[in-house]
Amino acid sequence: MKLEHVTQHIYLVLMAALFTIVFGLIFGIIAYLFPKVRKYVIFVFDLFQTIPTLATLGLLMVFFGASPTTVIVGLTLYNLLPVVRNTMVGLMEVAPAIKEAAEGMGMPKMTKLFKVELPLAFPLIFAGMRISLVNSIGSAVMGFFVGGGGLGYVLYRGIRTMNFTFILQGTLTLMAMAIVVDAIMSYYENRLLPKNQRGV
Amino acid sequence: MNAILTHFYFVIISVTIGSIIAVILAIALSRFKKAAKYLMPILGIFQTIPGIVFIGVLFIYIGMRPETIIIALSVYAILPVLKNAYTGIVTVDPALIEAGRGIGMNPWILLWRVELPMALNSIITGIRMSTIYTVSWAVLAAMIGQGGLGEFIYIGINSNMKQFIVMGSIPAALMAIGLGFLIDKVQVKLTPRGLRRN
Repeated sequence: MKLEHVTQHIYLVLMAALFTIVFGLIFGIIAYLFPKVRKYVIFVFDLFQTIPTLATLGLLMVFFGASPTTVIVGLTLYNLLPVVRNTMVGLMEVAPAIKEAAEGMGMPKMTKLFKVELPLAFPLIFAGMRISLVNSIGSAVMGFFVGGGGLGYVLYRGIRTMNFTFILQGTLTLMAMAIVVDAIMSYYENRLLPKNQRGV
Repeated sequence: MNAILTHFYFVIISVTIGSIIAVILAIALSRFKKAAKYLMPILGIFQTIPGIVFIGVLFIYIGMRPETIIIALSVYAILPVLKNAYTGIVTVDPALIEAGRGIGMNPWILLWRVELPMALNSIITGIRMSTIYTVSWAVLAAMIGQGGLGEFIYIGINSNMKQFIVMGSIPAALMAIGLGFLIDKVQVKLTPRGLRRN
């Protein structure tokens, strides 16, 4: 295993996370603002998550060729659901009294969204981001099949050459990444909540 | 066509074995909640291991045989069902259990007639997750020469032949979507009418 594989893996995951967050927020807000399209938005992203990762990547490869771009697009599509759903639900669950107070102060719809609703929904949105990020560390393994490199390469080499050390190194690195990211983000997730709602 | 059947066969067998083991384990764990408190986080960590590792390690031990795939996928299928079944059983309203005991149910009847039916919804959600994961990881069966839809995807990606990729991906995607949809329907059917949301 080389450091290059780890950095490649992190690069894929982070790029995908960036796009997931941007598009997740946009679609989540759209779903919240237009109740009519809610069902369809969730349905579509649920579908993306249902389709086997390798199938999505294979199909994307037809368009983008064997490159990291394919992996990043694939991971983004695969991981959008938690962010979209949590954004939508978070916005919907802001207390009606607070929304009304904002309207009462004369806030236009967009000001209300950005100054009141999004900040209040943020803890839940952040939880969605955590789920997405942790998931994508695992699914990025499939990336090497379509030319994305990363830790999947180490695992595959290990399996092909029956080299246990390779498999173990790859697996432990992946687990460590997932656990560390999950722990750090859980900590901040907890910190985002008001004091009386925090866990231990 | 054969590939679809092989793929389907891997999924069904593994999910069945995995779910049965998972529900039994969940029942056992729900009797020993103290042990479960330590075991559940450990299982959560195991879930971060990608399926490719299970298949790979078993491949080294067992070799290129269909059993390798079935064992690996079954192990992978256990985790989501176990987690959901355990949560489902533990979160059954204590008042209902009390009521069951009050009308003279022994622990086995209580489990069979009260706890499991109440947890059923959550168990099926777990089975749905497992099924979808399994369809996805079964694609890797081709990696060790066991056929299935992965074979087409695999050949297609390696030789850059688009029609092969499409021939493997589309049925795999449809299978995952179809099975998910089917399980949703079963879930609605099994929910008592009074508890249905819509």
